[in-house]
Amino acid sequence: MGMTIAEKILAAHTDAHEVMPGDIVKVNVDVALANDITAPLAIKAFKAGGQAKLADPDRVVFVLDHFTPNKDIASANQCKMVRDFAHNHELKNFFDGGDVGVEHALLPEKGLVLPGDLVIGADSHTCTYGALGAFATGVGSTDLAAAMMTAQAWMKVPESMKFVFKGELLPWVGGKDLILYLIGDIGVDGGLYRVLEIEGPAVTSLDLSNRLTMSNMAIEAGAKAGIIKADDKTMAYVKPRAKRPYTVFESDADARYAAFREYDCANIEPQVAFPHLPANTRPISEVGEVRIDQVVIGSCTNGRIEDLRVSAGILKGQKIDKRVRCVVLPATPEVFLQAEEEGLIRIFLQAGAIIGPPSCGPCLGGHLGILAKGEKALATTNRNFVGRMGDPGSEVYLSGPAVAAASAVTGRISSPSEVTE
Amino acid sequence: MNIRGRVFRFGDDIDTDAIIPARYLNTSDPEELKKHCMEDADPAFPSKVSRGDIIVAGKNFGCGSSREHAPIAIKASGVSCVIASSFARIFFRNSFNMGLPIFESDEASAEIKEGDIVEVEASTGLITDISTGKQYRSRPIPQFMQELIADGGLMEHILKRGGI
Repeated sequence: MGMTIAEKILAAHTDAHEVMPGDIVKVNVDVALANDITAPLAIKAFKAGGQAKLADPDRVVFVLDHFTPNKDIASANQCKMVRDFAHNHELKNFFDGGDVGVEHALLPEKGLVLPGDLVIGADSHTCTYGALGAFATGVGSTDLAAAMMTAQAWMKVPESMKFVFKGELLPWVGGKDLILYLIGDIGVDGGLYRVLEIEGPAVTSLDLSNRLTMSNMAIEAGAKAGIIKADDKTMAYVKPRAKRPYTVFESDADARYAAFREYDCANIEPQVAFPHLPANTRPISEVGEVRIDQVVIGSCTNGRIEDLRVSAGILKGQKIDKRVRCVVLPATPEVFLQAEEEGLIRIFLQAGAIIGPPSCGPCLGGHLGILAKGEKALATTNRNFVGRMGDPGSEVYLSGPAVAAASAVTGRISSPSEVTE
Repeated sequence: MNIRGRVFRFGDDIDTDAIIPARYLNTSDPEELKKHCMEDADPAFPSKVSRGDIIVAGKNFGCGSSREHAPIAIKASGVSCVIASSFARIFFRNSFNMGLPIFESDEASAEIKEGDIVEVEASTGLITDISTGKQYRSRPIPQFMQELIADGGLMEHILKRGGI
């Protein structure tokens, strides 16, 4: 019987040659990740377990990216606990201070996640690494503590669903629009307990950054992982970064899928997700008049250099609407530096944007752009739940970096074609 | 072990930001977290809930973030179990890892009303609505996950058995 890419990666990380959907398996973990919100609980659980040393310190990655630079005393105390632990255990992959980037932008960039890996992260957007052909999934802090103790995790082997994107992309459409369209189609629990396997000529045409955006939001359909098989572009991205061997897996032709869907990109306009679920999507032509108070460009979804180039391309020579705060957060120090070298930072500042540090910032209502009651934001982030970016009476709309930049100029959710020639 | 309590009802797709908003995640102290449990879905919940009460919700309960602060906040506020039509997967596994009893039943989720008194037989997943007399069977739990519950959670399981 044929196996999917997800089943093959899971099997390769167990003693078994074959796994079946529904099996509960014990898997070896290549990377175990946590951040400043989830690591403190994992460290507490690890310490309570009484084991002196980590099973393999090289597999543990801590990134202090959520409430940093520390936004208040309580978050400073949480970070200090993680910092002390990381230093005591001589963690090589500990990112703090000027080394911090938004974790799911940072790990691929640093070559810490590779094709064929099995990655667990105490952060739901760990599924981002599926775009590298890895099996990567979000877990809780206790799972992470268990992996710190044993370098293993328990997994229920999920069924896979296949999604094929055909045709050519319409102007201003990127990975964010494709994945919002998919989530709008199947709903926020349409992929529950399952793997989204995403492919097709339109996906092959995307660069790695746009593919990472797609896998990033698999969780927004409830999925366990969102996997795109590795190809030449993946290899070109991974090879110069990899410091250990890796394996490329592909699904068998006779692999079994729980569902199959095909989309024609000729029908996919830039998408906007309305409050308060990522599945409340509308094409930009059907958005209507929505005035906004804030635009956020950044996050693990759309904070990479390719995203900043798209936004800056629209903001060049334009002025951001006086009533809009436009917050730009380059996702990693390397992205920030690259944006500076390419003159993008200058474009953003001249347009009237605010540049912040690499941080998750306002995405989850932490800091660097919190909304007041009644305010509306358009963000390139991944969630628009009630209260996600501030007051429970505020609203978040989601889009890609092109619509976000255009809307910052007009002050209302707008198609990029309105502000470009 | 039998669970018995008064029901608080919530709808579909209750996300982890509704269960415990991220603005309170600068601490992991259960006593602090419980003050804000379910706040963005029902601001009065923290003051209304009492020990033993039961949450009954629709589909996809706990969607969104991986934060274990969500089951911690629910447990700390005294809630004895959550019954839903389905659970988001990270919340699902976190609950077993942390020892928060959860049960899946479409019928129980659809029919049990706010304020009903409900009893759940934890070992069999048999749900009884004492207020209406109706009974519901929850979806069976895989053997391994029953072991996790019996051992008292994932860490206790590892300590007892020397590994996962």
